[in-house]
Amino acid sequence: MTSPQEDRQRLTRRAFLIGGAKALVLGGLAARMYQLQVLEGDRYRTLAEENRINVKFHAPRRGDILDRFGRPLALNKRTYRVLVTPEAVRDVEAALDRLHAIQPISPEERARIMKLIRRNPGFVPVATHEHLDWEAVARISVRAPDLPGVDVVQVSQRLYPEGPAAAHPIGYVGAVTEKDLTDEPVLSLPDMRIGKAGVERVYDLALRGEAAESKVEVNAVGRIVRELERDPGVSGDTLVSTLDLELQRFAYRRMGEETGAVVVMDVATGDVLTLTSNPGFDPNVFAQGISSDMWRALSSDPLSPLTNKAVVGQYAPGSTFKMLVALAALENGVVTPGNGFYCNGVHKLGRGRFHCWRRTGHGWMTMNEAIAQSCDIYFYEVARKVGVDKIAEMARQFGLGSRTGIDLPSEAKGLIPTKAWKKRALNQTWQLGETLIAGIGQGFVLTTPLQLAVMTARLVNGGKAVKPRLMRQRGDRERAVDAPPVGIAQENLATILEAMRSVTSGPRGTARGAQIRDKEFRMGGKTGTSQVRRIGKEERRLGVRKNEELPRRFRDHSLFVGYAPLDRPRYACAVMVEHGGSGSKVAAPMARDVLLEAQTRGSADWRPALAPDARAAFDAKDKG
Amino acid sequence: MRRWRGSVVAARPAARPLRRTEELGARLARVDWLLVIAVTGIALIGVGMLYSAAGGSASPWASRHAVRYAAGLAVMLGLAVFGLRRCFALAYVGYAACFLLLILVAVIGTGAGATRWIDLGVMRLQPSELMKVALVLALARLMHGAGPDLTDRLHVLGPALVLIAAPAALVLKQPDLGTAALIVAGGVVILFLAGVAWWKFGLAAAGAAAAAPVAWSFLHDYQRARVLTFLEPERDPLGAGYHILQSMIALGSGGAFGKGWMQGTQAHLSFLPEKHTDFVFTMLGEELGLAGGVFVLILFAVVIGRLYRIGLLAESRFGRLTALGVATTLFLYVFVNVAMVMGLAPVVGVPLPFVSYGGTAMLTLQIGLGLALAVAVDRRESLDAARR
Repeated sequence: MTSPQEDRQRLTRRAFLIGGAKALVLGGLAARMYQLQVLEGDRYRTLAEENRINVKFHAPRRGDILDRFGRPLALNKRTYRVLVTPEAVRDVEAALDRLHAIQPISPEERARIMKLIRRNPGFVPVATHEHLDWEAVARISVRAPDLPGVDVVQVSQRLYPEGPAAAHPIGYVGAVTEKDLTDEPVLSLPDMRIGKAGVERVYDLALRGEAAESKVEVNAVGRIVRELERDPGVSGDTLVSTLDLELQRFAYRRMGEETGAVVVMDVATGDVLTLTSNPGFDPNVFAQGISSDMWRALSSDPLSPLTNKAVVGQYAPGSTFKMLVALAALENGVVTPGNGFYCNGVHKLGRGRFHCWRRTGHGWMTMNEAIAQSCDIYFYEVARKVGVDKIAEMARQFGLGSRTGIDLPSEAKGLIPTKAWKKRALNQTWQLGETLIAGIGQGFVLTTPLQLAVMTARLVNGGKAVKPRLMRQRGDRERAVDAPPVGIAQENLATILEAMRSVTSGPRGTARGAQIRDKEFRMGGKTGTSQVRRIGKEERRLGVRKNEELPRRFRDHSLFVGYAPLDRPRYACAVMVEHGGSGSKVAAPMARDVLLEAQTRGSADWRPALAPDARAAFDAKDKG
Repeated sequence: MRRWRGSVVAARPAARPLRRTEELGARLARVDWLLVIAVTGIALIGVGMLYSAAGGSASPWASRHAVRYAAGLAVMLGLAVFGLRRCFALAYVGYAACFLLLILVAVIGTGAGATRWIDLGVMRLQPSELMKVALVLALARLMHGAGPDLTDRLHVLGPALVLIAAPAALVLKQPDLGTAALIVAGGVVILFLAGVAWWKFGLAAAGAAAAAPVAWSFLHDYQRARVLTFLEPERDPLGAGYHILQSMIALGSGGAFGKGWMQGTQAHLSFLPEKHTDFVFTMLGEELGLAGGVFVLILFAVVIGRLYRIGLLAESRFGRLTALGVATTLFLYVFVNVAMVMGLAPVVGVPLPFVSYGGTAMLTLQIGLGLALAVAVDRRESLDAARR
C-alpha cells in the first residue's frame, strides 16, 4: 500500500530523472549548435558563400601578332551576337518574327532557338545571330524600342589579314576541345579560343592573357541578384614576329601554282624573314568554326595545304648537299681546292655504274668547277675518299639531321645516314655505293627546306652556328646573335663561298641564267635536283628519257639555296618546288626574285615599328 | 473553498459577485507569471523571425502569428481560471472529441499527399496535434483515479495502452510518422511518472527492438528515404538531403553572433526552404548566431522548468501528471525540431513551438499551458472527492 507521500516521492524521483535527461538533451542541442556554428563555422560560411556566389569569367582579349615592322598578322575583330532573354519578352515567337524581318533566321536555326528557350529557365539568354557585322547590328539597334528583351553583345573574333600567305608560320585558333582542358576555368568558356597551330599555338599562354572575373550573388535557382566585384583581367601580350609581312606576301604570290616552300633568314641573327608553304589555306575559316566538309576537303587534298612543307616536308637535298661534302673533304685534308678529278659521265664501282647528270661528262673538274657545274662524278670520288661518317659529322654541324629548334609546334628531323645508323635502323651493313649516292645528296639523305636555309646561313655568316627563330626577343635591335663558331677553317669556307659565287656568276654555273642584274644585290648559291625516282630500263626502252616526260608525281624536285649580297652576305634562302624539275629552271629564278625583293625592301634592317599608323588605318577600316 | 448548503439564500447572491471578482483576482495572482512572460518572449522572437522571413514585412506571417498568439493567450489564462476540477471533469470528453476528429480526418480530411487537416475556413485544424494534449489529460485522469497501487495492474494499464495506441494508429495511417511517435512518447512518459514498474518498460523496449524490422517493412518509401537521408545526408545532396544540408550550412554560417536580424543570406536567397515553419530555428541561428539560439533554448528551459515546479508542487496526482505531461510534450516538440534542423534527427515536419508559423500546434500548446496554469492556480486542490 503506497502512501500519498511515497507516491509523491516516487513521482518526484522519476520526474527528476526525466528532467535530468531533458536537461542533458537540451545541453546536447546547445553543444551541437556550438559545433556547427563555432567549431565548423568557417567551413559553413564558405559553403554558404559558395552557394550564393558565382564567379563568372569573361574571355580575356587575345594578344595581337605583328610582323617585325609592327604590321598586323593576327588581330581581334569585333563581331556581334544577338541575344534574346525569354522572360523579358512577352511573346517570343513574335519577337523572333520581328528579328527575322531585319536579319533572317533560317527554319533550322529557329527550331534550335525555340528548343533552347523551352529547355532553359526564362532568365537565360539565347543567341539568335552570330558573327554579325556592324551594319547588321546598326539595323537591329535602330529598332530597339520594338525589340524589348533583345540584346546585342560584342564577341571578339580572330582575324588574319594576310589570309593564306602567312597561314603556316602564324597558325590559327580554334575552340577548346576535351584534350585541351586543364584546371583553368577560363578554358570552359564557350567563346574561348586557343592556338591550334603555328605561332598561335607555341605562344598560346602569352597571347591568352588573364580572364576578367566578376563575382555575382545568385539565389537558389541561379538567378543573378547583384554583382559584387569585378576584376578586369589582363589582355594577352602583343607578340612581334621576325617575319616581314610584305616579303612573305611576295614569296607566296611568287610561288603561284607550284607546291613547295620558301625560307628566307637573316644569317647573323637567325631571324626568319619568310616561311612560306604552298598551297596554303585561309586560317580565317577556322576562326568562325570550320565545317566538317571543308575540313575533310583540306585534310584529304593530295597537295596537303595544311602541311607546312618548310619545316615538315623531308626531301633529298640533291646537289645542294655538295658544299658539305666538299667542306668535309677540305677539313679532313682529303682533297685540296686544286685537286681535280676527271668526269667522263660515268663512275664504276664493282659491278655498279654511277652516272653524272651530264651523260657526256664534264671533263677535268676542280672543286670550284665541280660545284659551279654540279658535277656528280667529282663528288662520287670525294665522297668515296672522305667516307660517309665524316660527311655526316659535317652535315650535323651545319644543322642537318636534327631539329633546328624553331618555335613551331612540329618539325621534322630529316636524316643524315651513318654506318652505325644503318645498322641500327635497318640492320644492314653500309655499302660503299651508298656513300657515293650520299655524296650527291640522294639515297638516305633527307632535309627540310628550313634546314637547308640554316645550312646556307651558317656557311655564309663566317661559320657561326646560328639558330632560326620566329619571334623577336624583347628589346633587341639589329644585333648579331652571339652564335658559337661551327669550327671550320676560314679559308675552307672561303673556298666554298667562292664556288657558290661561281654557280650564279661563273661562265658555266648552273644558275647563271638566274643571276640578279643589279650588281649590289647579286646572289650566290647552289642548285639542286632531288630525284624522286630513277628512270628504269623499261621506260628507257619505251623512249622515256627525260624527267619531264614522267608523270608529275615522279618528276624531280627543284631546289635552290642562295645568299645575298655577294660581298657581305645578309640573307640566306632556300627554295623547294615539288616536282619542279631541274633546280636551275624553276627554283633558282624564284630564289632570285625573293632575294632581290628582300634586299630592296631591307627586310633584315631594323626600323622603328610602324605600329601606330598601321593599326589606326586598320581600325578605321574595320569600323567603316 | 467550502460549499454552503441550505438557507441563507438571500446572502449568497449579494456575496457571490464580490467573491467571484476576488476569486478571479486571487486566482490570477496564483498564475505562474514567469512562465507566461517566458512563453510570450518566445512568441515575440517568433514574430521577429517571421517578419524577417517575409523579407521585412508583417504580412503574411508575422501579424497573423501575433494575433493568434494573443487569442491563444486569452485561452491560456481563461483555462487557468476555469478551474482544475472542471478540467478534470472534461478530461475524457476532450479525449473523445479529439478521437472523433481524427476519425473525421481519415474520412474527409484535406492535405497534399497526407490527410491531416480539416478545413474550417478560418484555419485548418490538425486533430493529431490536439491529440497530444488530450491524451495527457485523459491518461492523467485515468492514473489519478486508479491511484498509485492500481496503476500497474492490467485492468488499468491495458486501457491506458489502448488510450495511447488507438490515436497513434489513426495518425500513423494518415500517414504521419512523426506525430504518431510523439504521441506514443508522451504517453509512455506519463506512464513512467505515474509509477509503472521499471521492468515493464524494459520489456516494452525489447519488444520494440524486435518489432523494428517488421515496422520498417510497413514504412512508406518516402519515410524510409527520410530515415536513410538522415543517417547520411550526402547521399542525395540535391534531393532529400538538400534540406538538411542547406539547413546545416545556413545555421553553421551564422557563427557565434549571427549575421544580423534580416541579414540571413541563405534564408533570403531561397536556399533554405520552409523557413517560416519547420526551419525557422535555422534562420534564427543564421541571423542571431549561437547566442540567439542558446537564448531561445534557455527560454524554453525556463518554461519547462516552471512547468516542473508546478507539477511537483501540485497536491493532486492529476495535477502533477498533467503539468509534467505538458512539460514533456513541449520538450518533445522543441527537441525534435531543433535536432532535425541540425541534422540530428530525420526530417519529420515538427514545428518549433511559438516560433514556427502554424495554427494548430501553437493552439495545442497554449491549451496545454493553460491546463498547467490551472494546476498552478488550484495547486492545493486534491480532487479527493473525485477519486473513485
